[in-house]
Amino acid sequence: MSDLHSLTVAQILEGLQTGAFSSRELTQAYLARIQAHNPRLNAYLYVDVDGALTAAQAADERRSQAGDPARLPPLLGLPIAVKDVLAVAGMPATCGSRILEGFVPSYNATAVQRLLDAGVVILGKTNTDEFAMGSSTENSAYDITRNPWDEQRVPGGSSGGSAAAVAAGLAPVALGTDTGGSVRQPAAFCGLSGLKTSYGRVSRYGLIAYGSSLDTIGVLARSAQDAALVLNIMAGYDPRDATTLEQAAPDIHLNGNATLKGLRIGVPGEYFIDGLQAEVEQAVRAAIAQLETLGAEVRPVSLPHTEYALPVYYIIAPAEASANLARFDGVRYGLRAEQDNLIEMFKHSRGQGFGPEVKRRIMIGTYALSAGYYDAYYGQAQKVRTLIRDDFARAFEQVDLIAAPATPSSAFPIGAHAEDPIQMYLEDVFTLPANLAGVPGLCIPAGFDSQGLPLGLQLLGPHFSEERLLAAAHAYQQVSDHHTRRPVLA
Amino acid sequence: MSLSPEDVDHIALLARLHLSHEEKERYRRQLSDILKHVDKLQELDTTNVQPMSSVAVPQSRLRPDEPGPGMPRADLLRNAPDTAEDQFRVPPVLDGGP
Repeated sequence: MSDLHSLTVAQILEGLQTGAFSSRELTQAYLARIQAHNPRLNAYLYVDVDGALTAAQAADERRSQAGDPARLPPLLGLPIAVKDVLAVAGMPATCGSRILEGFVPSYNATAVQRLLDAGVVILGKTNTDEFAMGSSTENSAYDITRNPWDEQRVPGGSSGGSAAAVAAGLAPVALGTDTGGSVRQPAAFCGLSGLKTSYGRVSRYGLIAYGSSLDTIGVLARSAQDAALVLNIMAGYDPRDATTLEQAAPDIHLNGNATLKGLRIGVPGEYFIDGLQAEVEQAVRAAIAQLETLGAEVRPVSLPHTEYALPVYYIIAPAEASANLARFDGVRYGLRAEQDNLIEMFKHSRGQGFGPEVKRRIMIGTYALSAGYYDAYYGQAQKVRTLIRDDFARAFEQVDLIAAPATPSSAFPIGAHAEDPIQMYLEDVFTLPANLAGVPGLCIPAGFDSQGLPLGLQLLGPHFSEERLLAAAHAYQQVSDHHTRRPVLA
Repeated sequence: MSLSPEDVDHIALLARLHLSHEEKERYRRQLSDILKHVDKLQELDTTNVQPMSSVAVPQSRLRPDEPGPGMPRADLLRNAPDTAEDQFRVPPVLDGGP
């Protein structure tokens, strides 16, 4: 089979089960593509060739020896990629930072462990903005990742390596993380289905923390159905993450039923702002119209505090980051700058190890939490966060889902925001509110602009409504083909 | 809100970040711009609004506090820049220490 690299997870699982191909053949096909294209795209920071082939071989043997195929692990032999902010035992975890160069965790993140228990084959670790802080993957200390649709453009971020890998056929599916849009925005830029889970749905144990009240683990996939297959495995209560809930483990089965009869979809006027690329708006409105023809009831809805999400986020996320990143001090892991005393060693290790955006956010967060400024900045941001959460709560009394743009534009050129952090922060203006409220979001392909770049539709739902989100997206993907298009690689 | 060079020095010390002169000037400028942007939050009257410190998940609870094995010491020490006698080794806390 020559096109193994373009199959969905659902097709792969079927092919493995029927014996159309083995996990080893599949894994070899992906490794060959990684070897051919990764030097240019830089989607992966680390590729575990031997480990992946060994795991694939073991999966094939297990399958051939099994009496009853129904009792095999559900994802046996499926290759996946993992964003380099998640711990995979024995593989480097750099978080895209010099300060963690050479760090090799000895344990698996819970989400990773559950997927391994379900039989996956880990191909490697994907590039990310340093500590997931960024919207372009240009903030990685290990070089930029290129967008497979146009290699002069960014793949989005911070899960840009995972998005580029799945879009380019270097992995069928990948894990990402979303603190302010880092799964949904790269999904929009790379033409993928990107799921940001509800806060409390997937354990963050083994996720190297950025903003703990915002961080979520998600999936970058070629279809809503693929995202559901991965979510089913990795979600659920974990005693190692007190924010996860018992009812977090879903059992989502998407049927082929392309009807949304009775589903109420709200369209927030606040998301259709000046500066929104006209083609994004057209694609989003066309997709909403298509949801309506599937039976959904579309009505306007208001999220009045949307414009405050950006300033709230850029206080709260850096404040939490400044505390979380205090652990990188040159003592227990990573880079150490040798100095004569301890304080100077801390300062120089951190000064050398962190890149510009991480330092900028640590500085903002430290300032916002410092004596005399705490109430004015952090305290006020926490209160406005309540208003944003209440906006969503009120909206979801009137509608079942919200449909909106995922990004203000299609993928922007590499270097476009190099000297202007606020312009870069504005890239996340449509994705931040969901993180502040803790609700799930799903970005799906809704078309292409005149330059052939993918455009995304964002669906948002109430807390723990992933099944509803995925079902709506799945229905849309039964009657549209945007998600099936793949970039032509150089 | 515009930051002074002394403000930047103070924040950098609190954050334990050594910054070059160029970095200090750049962050002074950029942080001032970002703070102007977030000053938008002062527009809102939040007198009767409760602060949200996390996504309210009332059902979340602590696990039972039962003793169990920790991670193997050797695994944890393997990633350290400097160790001695099964411990992390650091430079003296005070100048002129041993």
